[in-house]
Amino acid sequence: MAIRIDLAQLQKLVAGGGQLVEVLPAAEYADEHLPGAISLPLKQLDASTAARLDPARPVIVYCWDGL
Amino acid sequence: MSPRAACRLELLGFVQVYDYVAGKADWLAHGLSTEGEQAQVPRVKDVLRREVVTALPGEPVGGVAGRVARSPYGFALVVADDGTLLGRLRKAVLDADPSAPADQVMEAGPSTVRADRPLAELAERLRRRGLHTAIVTAPDGKLLGVVQRADMEARLTGRP
Repeated sequence: MAIRIDLAQLQKLVAGGGQLVEVLPAAEYADEHLPGAISLPLKQLDASTAARLDPARPVIVYCWDGL
Repeated sequence: MSPRAACRLELLGFVQVYDYVAGKADWLAHGLSTEGEQAQVPRVKDVLRREVVTALPGEPVGGVAGRVARSPYGFALVVADDGTLLGRLRKAVLDADPSAPADQVMEAGPSTVRADRPLAELAERLRRRGLHTAIVTAPDGKLLGVVQRADMEARLTGRP
């Protein structure tokens, strides 16, 4: 099960090379996203789209507010 | 949505998966920078003044009054050890009994705004109410700073 993190932990992970992933629809990503985040909308998340990620590095997912 | 995405990634074989549950709403409310088409919309965070006079709850207001006098503000904000906003000390109480502890004379629970609020909206609200300053806090109640209506109007009109 994924580890739930807060803002401070997020910043530490990103500084250490973590990959930030926004899973909201692409239009919402285009509007505004966290610096350096990539867009992998939940509806399109599969082995093919996830191939953009490096499995050897931490992956941090976020949406609007976790719901 | 992010818990489902995290679960999906784990099923796809990723072993270092973290979920920033508070999400983009939390990031924005902390006044942090963003990228994208809406990132240039003026927000409260763009004119946030982080240097504001603060006092601890048990601190005598006499010492606080001196710091306020040397600042551009006419008030001080009372914060707990962890930075949580507790109250506001207005000029009248700062000029009264100098031995009074801050938390005994403060105005408790002042209204606050979030750092991601659109600047134009807040400026209009302050203008309608005849207010000049708003206090900005993070979602966890920690003080981020203050914004002044004059700064907002200058930012919105492009005039200093």
